[in-house]
Amino acid sequence: MAEITTLHYLVVAAALFLTGVIGVLTRRNVIIILMSIELILNAVNLNLVAFSRLYNLHGQVFAIFIIADAAAEAAIALGILIAFFRNKETVNMDEVDLLKW
Amino acid sequence: MIPSGDYIRILPEIVLSIFGMLVMVIDPLLGENDDRKSIGVVSAIGALLALGATFIMAGHPGEAFYNILRVDDFAVFFHVVVILIALACILMSFEYLKVQEIRQGEYYGLILFGTVGMCLMSSAIELVMLFVAIEISSISTYILAGFRRRAAESAESSLKYFLLGSFATAFFLYGIALMYGATGSTNVDAIAAALRQGTPVMAYLAIALMMVGLGFKVAAAPFQVWTPDVYEGAPAPVVALMSTGPKAAAFAVLLRVLFGTAAPGWFWAVWIAAALSMTIGNFGALVQTNVKRMLAYSSIAHAGYLLVAFIAVRNMEQGVSAAMFYTAAYAAMNVGAFAVVSHFASAGEKYVSIEDYAGLGRRSPVLAAVLTVFLLSLIGIPITGGFFAKFYVFRAAVSSNLIWLTVIGLVNSAIGSYYYLRLLVMMYMKEPQSEESVPSVPFAAGFAMAGCVVATLYLGVFPNRVLQFAIESARTLVH
Repeated sequence: MAEITTLHYLVVAAALFLTGVIGVLTRRNVIIILMSIELILNAVNLNLVAFSRLYNLHGQVFAIFIIADAAAEAAIALGILIAFFRNKETVNMDEVDLLKW
Repeated sequence: MIPSGDYIRILPEIVLSIFGMLVMVIDPLLGENDDRKSIGVVSAIGALLALGATFIMAGHPGEAFYNILRVDDFAVFFHVVVILIALACILMSFEYLKVQEIRQGEYYGLILFGTVGMCLMSSAIELVMLFVAIEISSISTYILAGFRRRAAESAESSLKYFLLGSFATAFFLYGIALMYGATGSTNVDAIAAALRQGTPVMAYLAIALMMVGLGFKVAAAPFQVWTPDVYEGAPAPVVALMSTGPKAAAFAVLLRVLFGTAAPGWFWAVWIAAALSMTIGNFGALVQTNVKRMLAYSSIAHAGYLLVAFIAVRNMEQGVSAAMFYTAAYAAMNVGAFAVVSHFASAGEKYVSIEDYAGLGRRSPVLAAVLTVFLLSLIGIPITGGFFAKFYVFRAAVSSNLIWLTVIGLVNSAIGSYYYLRLLVMMYMKEPQSEESVPSVPFAAGFAMAGCVVATLYLGVFPNRVLQFAIESARTLVH
């Protein structure tokens, strides 16, 4: 068995990142878009933890901060989404269309 | 053991946080029918005390909390600007919240907490701290944008702002992770030292991703798409806050990260972003019929002018100080303009189209005169702050031989004056559409407007003191 190196982690993280970006750009359901953003944040966490094997613990500490922030963001997001749903009865991005030029 | 001097270096943030929590506790203690103006008054006092705390903090420069914060003249400058913006927004909200029937406690709490984030952004020198500060400021503004929650536009603006904002933050974080990978540190100074040794490819990628995130926060092209939609839907006093406060703080971050880390390869990226922002902002504003939307495009254009100052690298001191002066002048005139817009909008934000302003010069001469000062300043007419702001930026650009960018900027200023003048013509040379009298300006909102007028004229007539302070703080930043 070959050893798992930092590069392996980076490739997985980059794949997660791309999956997230494509998800945000192509999916129309707001909940799925939120999940895609979480995927990008997890890619960041993976990166930080992998790098922290090379250097020091800063990366791992940073990852904990990001996890906490992701939780806060999810709470806010669902709150905003409920406020939106009450007005428009939809979670589809294509129907978010009141404001445009 | 954390030395007690460290706490003085975050004194304004402590004061703001305490008052933010206080306001949220007071709200449920008041009866259902009590006058809730006291909540606003408490938060205004909080902002004033924070301003005082900033001057105490200014007397204790240095690093704090194991090198995650640095208090220097640069940080003090942005603390003062951001707290004054917050104060003006709180004052103009007194009447607005009553008219729009918005719950108050959380509203003021979020403004104060958001201000904490913006203040920390200007003093953070550790990327973890920076990230947390950016999130405090952004999450507060996401919620504030949706505060007229019975209006579908407001909820929609909040949702859009949140989705694009957190997407941009995710990019920013990925950039930070790569920067950590490239240099092995998350401290701005340590990163700068590592980058001087040599620049790995990963650092370029990291800078590019971080610029995406910050570009979003300052609403610079090509990341400006959200701006008009969000500004149109959000409550007007909140727009006053978020078009100036987080923007000023994000520019502070850009200055610290770009100059502090001696970041590589950003010159052309910023050049293109500046040229695009000016052009898209001004041309977009030409066709708008909604005042808030027009000011949103104008804020994109102003972000472009500001970015011009960033690339005046031959004379960094001049460039940085011009950028700082511009944030202050822009804050004064834009907050003022939105104070007028939010007063005039009335219940449900009914009057926000440009036609509604027809004949305002006759219906309410004072309000029209005040708005005129801000519009002239946004154009860049002499004796207003906007003139010197533009003048210093373009002087810095010319002295760094950025001739083409200066030409683009000047042409854009000329185009820009068209849509501001259109509003002026509407106010003074058109017949009023309705004879309904404009409600008189209450004391608090009037005070905010008067403060903005004074600040705009002060920066336009005596720019030297502020500029001198900016130059000195630029020196500590560039060294």
